[in-house]
Amino acid sequence: MTAMMAILFYILLRGASKLRLSLLIGQPSPLKGEYGFLPGLVNTLYIVVLTLLAAVPVGIGAAVYLNEYVGRSGRPSRLVRLINLMVEALAGIPSIVYGLFGAVFFGEALRLGYSILTGSLTLSLMALPIIIRASQESLAAVPQCLREGALGCGASQWQMIWSVVLPCAKRGLLSSVLLAVGRIMGESAALLFTAGAAVNLPKNWLTHPLASGASLTVQMYLGVSSGKYIDEAFAAALALAAVLLGIYLLAGILGREDK
Amino acid sequence: MSGRLTAENFHLWYGENHALKGISLTVPEREVFALIGPSGCGKSTFLRSLNRMTDLVEGVKRKGRILLDGQDIYLPGIDVTRLRKRVGMVFQKPSPFPMSIYDNVAYGPRIHGVKARSQLDGLVEASLRAAALWGEVSDRLKKPALGLSGGQQQRLCIARALAVQPEVLLMDEPTSALDPLSTGKIEELILSLRSRYTVVIVTHNLGQAVKVSDQAAFFLDGTLVEWGPAPELFGMPKDRRTEDYITGRRSLDG
Repeated sequence: MTAMMAILFYILLRGASKLRLSLLIGQPSPLKGEYGFLPGLVNTLYIVVLTLLAAVPVGIGAAVYLNEYVGRSGRPSRLVRLINLMVEALAGIPSIVYGLFGAVFFGEALRLGYSILTGSLTLSLMALPIIIRASQESLAAVPQCLREGALGCGASQWQMIWSVVLPCAKRGLLSSVLLAVGRIMGESAALLFTAGAAVNLPKNWLTHPLASGASLTVQMYLGVSSGKYIDEAFAAALALAAVLLGIYLLAGILGREDK
Repeated sequence: MSGRLTAENFHLWYGENHALKGISLTVPEREVFALIGPSGCGKSTFLRSLNRMTDLVEGVKRKGRILLDGQDIYLPGIDVTRLRKRVGMVFQKPSPFPMSIYDNVAYGPRIHGVKARSQLDGLVEASLRAAALWGEVSDRLKKPALGLSGGQQQRLCIARALAVQPEVLLMDEPTSALDPLSTGKIEELILSLRSRYTVVIVTHNLGQAVKVSDQAAFFLDGTLVEWGPAPELFGMPKDRRTEDYITGRRSLDG
């Protein structure tokens, strides 16, 4: 907690002076001597949306399967425990390892190259354990009597899940997605190897996922490592930290109200 | 299609635990059949076997047959959702879904494919009337069901079960979580349901069993000690163990 406060305070100290809207939604323009994080912002939005598209259906689907289909007996079956162990392990892998895997697998083996798509698919692997674990918790919090009530009316297992369990767990599920969004927005190392470092606005909005693009965090890293835009990077970091704080706060509130 | 249930030498095991030991009885159509006995005697397990809710427990084994209008409900190929449509259930704890009153009652018909608004409206009103709740909620059908009192919630759950137009209604201690006033209303309701449905009710409350039932069965340790017309079972039980239980002479609980 103290460390977090110290970091936030330091970011605030270094970044506040340069923080203005034009920095966040402006374009870098070497001619005018201006800097802006719009390309990184746009790329990050692309990455968040694409990652969620891949990770949310799979993650919530896996949680439903684990909690509603194989995990409904008194004690978790061996399969569930094995999968849970793998989910834990997946959550503990350093992001740089995901980055290397993503670059080799999605980038080279699947020939997606350095692209926003490669980065998003890589991040979806990282987001999966977060979504699976938090979703499982919120599904487990749905009272058993509601499931019995639905089945007692003659609902099939799937109808029961779709019409009662998922609506009852929706806040918790949303919270798990927000946790994943926070993770995606804050990630940088895994993206450096996969999504590349192009600081450009999309030339074509539709094919942009196949282009290389630096996320907001990667653009900050580039700004700092070039030595020219250190204060600007701190200002962007401050804005990002504030947004992430809000997302995690909301996720916490939503996750708690379910129970 | 009348709602007559017959158990023939029905056994059930939870893992190693032999919970039902050869139950044979017949529930006549359009009567209230009470299952009584001390905690853990198997009466709830038997009730839940009648619409295959025990299927949900892992490690369940069974032997023997349960027939609904002559058809074995445990035969392979039996559509369990259809069975549960014919044999509805009301649980111990009132458990309305977190939706509106209307949507709770319309839940069953909707999952069974009723879409027409007028048909749903009719079913909702008829079910709420049958559950003696219509007068109290007709002006707030769109309000959340969780805003109702405990007794109203339980009558809503009864309406929800009736809305799928079952032939049999199973009730698992439906008043154990309710105050005396609500309990009285539910008991009256059970008596009124008898004309249209076969009702099987598990109850810990002997007074209630006497009040509402036409037939009764006494369970002990997974066996059926005796069953028959309620006045006889409560008035002059044949078995000593039944007599001990209903007179409270010896505590069989624990």
